[in-house]
Amino acid sequence: MQQFLQQLINGLSLGSIYALIALGYTMVYGIIKLINFAHGDMYMIGAYIGYMGITVFHLPFFPALIFSMAFCALLGMVIERIAYKPLRNATRIAALITAIGVSFFLEYTTMRFMGAEVKTFPAVLSDKSWIIYGLRINFQQLVIFATSIILMILLQIIVRRTKIGRAMRAVSVDADAAKLMGVDVNATISFTFAIGSALAAAAGILVGVYYNSINPLMGMAPGLKAFVAAVFGGIGIIPGAMVGGFAIGLTETMVSGYASSLYKDAVVYVLLILILLLKPSGLLGKNKKEKV
Amino acid sequence: MNTTIFSRKNLLWTGFIVALFTLIEVLMMADIIGAYYKITLMLIGINVILAVGLNIIIGITGQFSLGHAGFMSVGAYSCAIMIKMFPTWWGFGLGILIGLGITFVIALLVAIPTLRLKGDYLAIATLGVGEIIRIVILNMNITNKAAGLSSIPMLNSFPLLFGFATLAVILSANFKNSAVGRACIGIKEDEIAAEAMGINTTRYKTMAFVFGALLASVAGALYASTFYVIKPESFGFAKSIDILVIVVFGGMGSLTGSVVATLALGVISLLLQPFAELRMIIYAAALIAVMVLRPQGLMGNYEFSLPKLFRRKKRKGDVA
Repeated sequence: MQQFLQQLINGLSLGSIYALIALGYTMVYGIIKLINFAHGDMYMIGAYIGYMGITVFHLPFFPALIFSMAFCALLGMVIERIAYKPLRNATRIAALITAIGVSFFLEYTTMRFMGAEVKTFPAVLSDKSWIIYGLRINFQQLVIFATSIILMILLQIIVRRTKIGRAMRAVSVDADAAKLMGVDVNATISFTFAIGSALAAAAGILVGVYYNSINPLMGMAPGLKAFVAAVFGGIGIIPGAMVGGFAIGLTETMVSGYASSLYKDAVVYVLLILILLLKPSGLLGKNKKEKV
Repeated sequence: MNTTIFSRKNLLWTGFIVALFTLIEVLMMADIIGAYYKITLMLIGINVILAVGLNIIIGITGQFSLGHAGFMSVGAYSCAIMIKMFPTWWGFGLGILIGLGITFVIALLVAIPTLRLKGDYLAIATLGVGEIIRIVILNMNITNKAAGLSSIPMLNSFPLLFGFATLAVILSANFKNSAVGRACIGIKEDEIAAEAMGINTTRYKTMAFVFGALLASVAGALYASTFYVIKPESFGFAKSIDILVIVVFGGMGSLTGSVVATLALGVISLLLQPFAELRMIIYAAALIAVMVLRPQGLMGNYEFSLPKLFRRKKRKGDVA
């Protein structure tokens, strides 16, 4: 039981990171039906900007987090304008290949300027931990969990309560109709990319703090995993990405805790395929009737 | 349509292939194509087989697969294990056959349930399958886990590879032009309409998927017998993406486009070799540029045709 609870704590902090990345995937997919493969690299860029903020500008943790989120929001908008906007009416696979191109571009540009080696992320948060009823809870884990939850609540407020959030929902339902109603579709899509990228940047810094190391290719595996999480919860649905993120994080820590850590990824993918076969629209998705 | 084997089109293509092969062989004998370039040529040959196979699945049938490298690894490991045990042509042949057998079973098992999924969901499911294959290989003793297999006897040679690649392209072209291929194109254009015309969509999708997977398996076997070493990480998601890039770059649905794209990308990566990291930056920028400027790929779904080329030239001559 104690081991189970300990794994639960570890799973929740890992899951909140997956959830943050998955949110970006799901929002972009919801609005322009693009699997943004470069999203995992946005998380990597976020970690690097945070690293620079802390080592070069000597910022404390939270200002560095905000600095990095702002930078990535801007970068996300620029990438959308240059690479994805011209392809909005092209086939989806062309857009997908472009996203892969952007992903390579970000990875190797970072490698060119920052070096390919693993960098040690400075310890900006104390690694104090408490033992409560035999459970070890880390201060870093608490910060990760709290930051993610706050960001998710903020996101919900933006999407549900603000004008731009309403525009986002409208565009994701029907872009043409939204345009006719006077919604600035281009600005809305830009804004979606900005928010998604900012969330990924936050996840990047949190991971940097938690694992102490960052490298230019660190975005690939968590990017893929977060994407799985988004599909798992129902891609295009914001609460689905959170549920999916936590589900994948928990599954991973449980499998590595109770079975072998070598098989944790395989279990995640088996789960993914099962979900797709049994309920293709994801856990929280609604089944759509096929129309001719 | 001339249906005999000795049609003008077939003769022209045979002549072209023989000429191409002779040209490369002569260049190799004259040492104009050195050992280093030969490796690139071998890789291009293997990529041709992978690309036409994936093009049958994605370009012709319209089913989005991101797990192609998984099937390649099955072929590679089967062949490597067999020729390490029996370093003869028999072992090589047996290895390819075993690889084909295992791939056939896996592809069929995967295809029947997953091909019900559409578009992006299918892509994600096949991505999962590819990753599962990789992780299983990573954990098996017979495949030597993460270290992979090394000092695999190099049985493959350029003429053999050229033969396999040619065969793969001819088989794929015949697949595309057969009744099955027509049905598959119908499925790509409009699945519901195809179904209404009495096409058993699941059956044809499965056929295309298994066909592509089998080609990938052969390509894997050739890869293992060319490069001495195979590792699970060489057949990951990145490899599947590499193949996908070739197919989309060349134009989905165009087999000749895939061949041209394999050559073009192979040469580009060779030319950029001295630039290290800059190479990938230029490659990525080129990829984005091509997709933004020409989203349908280099050739779209147009097939390069020798008979047409000659006819056009003759007509020009008449005018002059």
